[in-house]
Amino acid sequence: MLTQLNTLWQVLKHTTTKIDTVEYPDEMPYLAPRYRGRIVLTRDPDGEERCVACNLCAAVCPVDCIALQKTQDDNGRWQAEFFRINFSRCIFCGLCEEACPTYAIQLTPDFEICEYERPNLVYEKEHLLISGTGKYPDYNFYREAGKDVGVKGKGAGDHEKEPVDIKSLLP
Amino acid sequence: MFDVIVTLINIVFTILILMVLAAVLVWAERRILGIWQDRLGPNRVGPGGILQAAADMIKIFFKEDWIPPFAEKFVFVFAPCVVVITMLGAFAIVPFSPGTGVVDLNVGVLFFLAMSALAGYSTILAGWSSNNKYALLGGMRSAAQMISYDVFMGLSLMGVVMLAGSFNLREIVESQSDMWNIFPQFIGFCIFMVAGVAESHRLPFDLPEAEHEIIAGFHTEYSGMKFGLFFVGEYLGVLLISALAVVLFLGGWMGPLLPPFIWFCLKTLVVVLFIILLRAAIPRPRFDQLMAFGWKICLPVALLNLVITGAVGLAIG
Repeated sequence: MLTQLNTLWQVLKHTTTKIDTVEYPDEMPYLAPRYRGRIVLTRDPDGEERCVACNLCAAVCPVDCIALQKTQDDNGRWQAEFFRINFSRCIFCGLCEEACPTYAIQLTPDFEICEYERPNLVYEKEHLLISGTGKYPDYNFYREAGKDVGVKGKGAGDHEKEPVDIKSLLP
Repeated sequence: MFDVIVTLINIVFTILILMVLAAVLVWAERRILGIWQDRLGPNRVGPGGILQAAADMIKIFFKEDWIPPFAEKFVFVFAPCVVVITMLGAFAIVPFSPGTGVVDLNVGVLFFLAMSALAGYSTILAGWSSNNKYALLGGMRSAAQMISYDVFMGLSLMGVVMLAGSFNLREIVESQSDMWNIFPQFIGFCIFMVAGVAESHRLPFDLPEAEHEIIAGFHTEYSGMKFGLFFVGEYLGVLLISALAVVLFLGGWMGPLLPPFIWFCLKTLVVVLFIILLRAAIPRPRFDQLMAFGWKICLPVALLNLVITGAVGLAIG
């Protein structure tokens, strides 16, 4: 009996406690910078596409919602001929972002991607590409690493070391 | 002739106000439950969400009103009407203020008990005519609950009747001009509230429609406005029990400064809020616990209360 009355009192005390509801369309909830929402493809600081079409994101994607095709530019660098994400399948797990060797594919704190028709949820490369660099503003993959295709010598990148002579015992 | 017209106006206004109140109460309960659960509740439609009541009504009017082919058609249609008719009928004897109220019955308390007992048939008939095992289980539970809780609901009121020396609700209110009945009859009040909540099938005594166990109990097969009638009936029941608790135990329209009708409404609102608080706080018991509580605790306590009230009344004279 006393516990019942105590229960009533405890619930009644909630009359004055703060309400947890966030009235979403009027009031945006706080989303952390690392919130996993809509996926974008970023560019490097020079404005070039970061994506090197390595296919790792498509390979790691647990629901197989990423499809892309590799092509080569005039320098012999790899690029995506098409890059397609089916957001009606995407589970926003973020594995693609983790797999990406060039920080090209990134998840953003935006979840407002509703559509009236399902085919509209299939985003092509022009929908995914943004003009900025996303989370890593100064990073340019080709300055740090990358194979010698005549643009930059092997080991000539910003933080890159000269290749080790694997035939020698000298340090 | 004039009397008849006044009575008719009284009836029409009472029914209109009650139907609107029952609809608004659905919204109010959702809001208040929300506040007690740290949420907002429906607050979008109209100012503060009050038009949610209208939206709900429109929605339920336009829903498909389906009678399952295996149901007993006449009883199936008739059952939801019973609860609304009896609840509205019971409101006829409630004295809202010295001047208002539909009828001044000398057997007011008995009429209320009869009507609330009849309302129990609604759920039983609904459960039986649905021809569905869950509905039948709900109807059976409702029958058992009604029988056991009606007994001491009547007994708990006898103390009040003894104090007032009348079954007339108006005279019962007037007999409380010195002291509200809740003070000498506190046990009676507690038992009446328990039985009242059980009679109107409200949580924690909503076993006839316990959705975790038997889908929706007696109204599993109901949809559209027939379901709406059960809903309206339930909320009318809440209003009725609250109004009766005010009339019988909380001094009816008595109170300083404010007009009598306002006092009546305020007190009723407090009791309604208490019933909603019960729903927000207390979980549903098991069915055997419900029965044991009724027969082993409430009935003896009600009888004891009756005996003591009678003895004290005799001793004082």
